[in-house]
Amino acid sequence: MDSISTQIFQQIINGLSLGSIYALIALGYTMVYGIIKLINFAHGDVMMVGAYSGWFAVTVLHLPFLPALLFSMISCALLGVLIERIAYKPLRNASRIAALITAIGVSLFLEYGGMIVVTAQVRTYPPVFPDTRYILGGVYFKYGDIVMLLTAVVLMALLHFTVQYTKVGKAMRAVSYDKDAALLMGINTNNIISFTFAIGSALAAAAGVLMGVYFNTIDPLMGIIPGLKAFVAAVLGGIGIIPGAMVGGLMLGLVESIVSGLGASTWRDAVAFLILILVLIIKPSGLFGKNVREKV
Amino acid sequence: MLVLEDVNVYYGAIHALKGISFEVNQGEIVTLIGSNGAGKSTSLKTISGLLRPKTGKLTFNGENLATVAPQSIVAKGISHVPEGRRVFANMTVIENLELGAYLRKDKAGIKEAIKHVYSLFPRLEERKSQISGTLSGGEQQMLAMGRALMSKPQLLLLDEPSMGLAPILVKQIFSIIKEINASGTTILLVEQNAHMALSIANRAYVLETGKIVLSGDSKQLAASEEVRKAYLGG
Repeated sequence: MDSISTQIFQQIINGLSLGSIYALIALGYTMVYGIIKLINFAHGDVMMVGAYSGWFAVTVLHLPFLPALLFSMISCALLGVLIERIAYKPLRNASRIAALITAIGVSLFLEYGGMIVVTAQVRTYPPVFPDTRYILGGVYFKYGDIVMLLTAVVLMALLHFTVQYTKVGKAMRAVSYDKDAALLMGINTNNIISFTFAIGSALAAAAGVLMGVYFNTIDPLMGIIPGLKAFVAAVLGGIGIIPGAMVGGLMLGLVESIVSGLGASTWRDAVAFLILILVLIIKPSGLFGKNVREKV
Repeated sequence: MLVLEDVNVYYGAIHALKGISFEVNQGEIVTLIGSNGAGKSTSLKTISGLLRPKTGKLTFNGENLATVAPQSIVAKGISHVPEGRRVFANMTVIENLELGAYLRKDKAGIKEAIKHVYSLFPRLEERKSQISGTLSGGEQQMLAMGRALMSKPQLLLLDEPSMGLAPILVKQIFSIIKEINASGTTILLVEQNAHMALSIANRAYVLETGKIVLSGDSKQLAASEEVRKAYLGG
């Protein structure tokens, strides 16, 4: 294979790895938006907490990758439920702007509260994966890349299964479509909302751990930029729509790594946002967004 | 079975139900009729817990409902088919029915309930895998009613089942309501189509701006001068 196409393949691999992280974060944004119409700006910071819990599990508790991932996911699921119960639930019937401002407050609280707890110092993630590389047709696959992609794919498949086929998943879709009608079915909407926060936060935690593994360093403000980009990915795919967040995240990752691969890495964020603007001009509800028409 | 006594409900500052009292007895079809804004839907929402009475008594089989969470009211045997159907339009017909049985754990019983719903509404069986948003208005009404029956309610609250439907469908829906009642489910029916409602109900209450102004046997009411003038077009 000639070098240009290998180059492109290499960038696609990199893009998918990065994109799967964005997708995992974007899923939480989109699920929470879908169920209570709130842009949870603290979501990126939950990812940061996830990265730190993973770091804690690996360096202090000496857990291997998978148990560390689970540890981080479970702690963030609890954190997500706690945030929802304390900060957002009392505002369920308040104006949306009040909830949004609260979300920004929670975000700042996690960022600077985090700094007090873990200090502002950058920490390095221990190497959890062997440095093995596989070469296939001139394209390098790092062991870590493969594990990352696999983790992301497995988590997304699990999520898809949960939402589509389980009872709680159906209840989630019902609550997200019509809260009052869901109540009339006997669905405890508060529990379903908590459950949604738990799942979204657990996915963000997984993304945080993968992010730490991918970039090696973590710090208390690491959630801001990926959080913002995941938000872009969610909007790109159509906010509130789960497959949209997956595709939006992967697309964003691909675009970024291809632009970087072309030697214009300083432009990659600009290109990502340009695409967002174009999508919003052409299809304001996002790639997967539908203009729902109601029959009377 | 269901008793409301001097119930007052507010929407913020608006006094929507002004001391309403009525009752529904086991096995009856009772209808609330009245014009727009009279408080018919508000009454149903109060019974199913979506709205709360500020004062007054609301009991079902002797049990106070006023402080029970809406999702637990379903468990007590009251099922509410809301105005405008409110089916989950993003889900299939069968998923909607399954959600209707959300609180039930008996798999065999749920299967049986689905069969029962299909026998009442064969159209739903033909369209069971279809996304319910693509159903016609009449089919959505059938789905909303079928979904409500999935919890095996003792009391079924129906809010404007005839809304927006062609006359022939209205007739069909009303004959099914009678069938549901005949198989042992008590029915509280809210309707603007007073003529149809009075034709199937045992008793009726007439609401006007949040108060009950008339009540009695539905045949007598249908014959009374006042009701005919105001609601049956002379």
